[in-house]
Amino acid sequence: MALLELKNISKIYGDLKALDNVSIRVEKGEWVAIMGPSGSGKSTMMNIIGCMDKPTMGEVLLSGVDISKETARSLTDIRRDKIGLIFQQFHMVTYLTAVENVMVSQYYHSMPDEEEALEALGRVGLRDRARHLPSQLSGGEQQRVCVARALINHPELILADEPTGNLDETNENIVLGLFRQLHNEGTTLIVVTHDPEVAEAAQRTIVLEHGRVAREVINENFGK
Amino acid sequence: MNLKKLPLLNLKRNPGRTLALVLLTAVLSFSIFGGTVVVSSLRRGLGSLTERLGADIIVVPSQAQSKVSFQDIFLQGTVGAFYMSRENLTRTLEVEGVEKAAAQVFLASLKADCCSIRIQVIGIDPETDFVIRPWLEKSGSRGLKDMDVVVGTKVGAEVGETLRIYEERCHVAGKLAPTGTGLDSAVYCNMSTMKKLLSAAEAKGISHKVSSDDEDVVSAIYVKVKEGYDIGKVNSAIQGHTRKASAIRTRSMITDVSSSLLAISRVILGLIGAIWGMGFLLLFLAFAMIARERQQEFALLRVLGSTKKALKGLIRKEAFLCCLSGGFVGIGLACLLVFPFQTLIEMSLSLPYLIPEPSGLFLIALGALGASVASGFASSAFAAWRLSQADPGRLLRQG
Repeated sequence: MALLELKNISKIYGDLKALDNVSIRVEKGEWVAIMGPSGSGKSTMMNIIGCMDKPTMGEVLLSGVDISKETARSLTDIRRDKIGLIFQQFHMVTYLTAVENVMVSQYYHSMPDEEEALEALGRVGLRDRARHLPSQLSGGEQQRVCVARALINHPELILADEPTGNLDETNENIVLGLFRQLHNEGTTLIVVTHDPEVAEAAQRTIVLEHGRVAREVINENFGK
Repeated sequence: MNLKKLPLLNLKRNPGRTLALVLLTAVLSFSIFGGTVVVSSLRRGLGSLTERLGADIIVVPSQAQSKVSFQDIFLQGTVGAFYMSRENLTRTLEVEGVEKAAAQVFLASLKADCCSIRIQVIGIDPETDFVIRPWLEKSGSRGLKDMDVVVGTKVGAEVGETLRIYEERCHVAGKLAPTGTGLDSAVYCNMSTMKKLLSAAEAKGISHKVSSDDEDVVSAIYVKVKEGYDIGKVNSAIQGHTRKASAIRTRSMITDVSSSLLAISRVILGLIGAIWGMGFLLLFLAFAMIARERQQEFALLRVLGSTKKALKGLIRKEAFLCCLSGGFVGIGLACLLVFPFQTLIEMSLSLPYLIPEPSGLFLIALGALGASVASGFASSAFAAWRLSQADPGRLLRQG
């Protein structure tokens, strides 16, 4: 059974079809990149997969359960329990330290556990920066905190929107290394990106154009 | 870290923003508490004045610039004296409709070696007095023996001490409860003591005689009119029957004070309204700006699993904490201004001014706090609603 399956989904805003009868399937443990030019429907798809929006038509199956008709409240619960989100702009709570930012995610999921949060920061190489505020961290460090925050609740799916878009090459490599590590541990990853190098790090790339799946590319060099 | 502490952490780690919100709310509670205390004190002062006057008509010498100078003594504690023949008391009692009449004699002490302090001394006849005596009894005073004085609350002498008036030593036998009127600055004695003090003043060249053959003088006669009689007619009759005296209806005096009080109260209430309105608007704008600044933070919390209701609660809690602190700060600042400068306020208003009892002050403070917190809730409600309505996915993608 696929972890995620979009069946003939469309999203229509007035006269605009942001997504037009799209179907994709992501297996458990798979690392998939979604690419496409601006206006191709990447963000809309990301919102639907991330339970931040609902399709106008079609089904979204997460672990075999159709979530396309769920209420906003249920979608919040699903997102909290099953999905870890990473954004291009990092988005940290500015007045909380790195470890507190990770613990916020724990709080909404279950119970805050500082030791576990510190371990997650350790995984991204930031244990010694745990008590720093976002303003005291570099962009790369902030993004790594966001990765720690996304993985702290052991989500079934990590959904990343342009996760390296604001990073220099060094930090991009660190973040991709972390994704590789998560993938090796069996975490499912969906990465929305403009960057072909980031897409090439994934097992498979789905290319969107004009709200439709234009093609799918299997990365032959994956894991090599 | 506990999410319940999130509002507190935000306020602690954004000191500039928090201080601005606290100060804005402080302005609200300052205006509400300070203004209400002043207005309440004026109203209480008027009530006290009405109670203390206790007479329907007051007869004073015509030379006393009619009621104006008498009002100054009564309302502002101006030190002064004027005299008329005691015969006017007998004449007043003869007028039909007069139930009772009691005389008072005034004496102003000097700011000189012969006197401890410059004060208004008022002699009363405890047998006939119906104006000061109930107040003395209410204040627990045992009565006025010869050379005993009872002092008003603002007189700087305590029970057991001695006051020197024209070299005569008077024993302070009691201290009266505050009235908020000029009477708080006066000293009260019986007529026998007053006669000694008048003689002592005479020896110092302060004459009280109205003519060379009339040493028996009074300064004011308080008149109670019998029930069923028209006070205006009795007032006119007294005016016609007494010599070199003016009869003043106390109601006209109270009406004058009441009109001034109403005008001042309106100005103060208007000011409270204007400051409150301005403060509320600024608070509303501040919360709206903060909401705009924090929309991504709230979108993030939504994405992490917070409900709209929980986010609204977060904003409400922050508004509550800010406004409660601001409320306390404003009340504290108002206390620093209203209480230490009480005499200055009283003097500048020239009206009876009696600060409410502690229980009354507590209620006013509670009301001001409640109003500040309610203003915070109301002004932040729109921001909370807007934040909870925003599309978190769009906000987070926008960056």
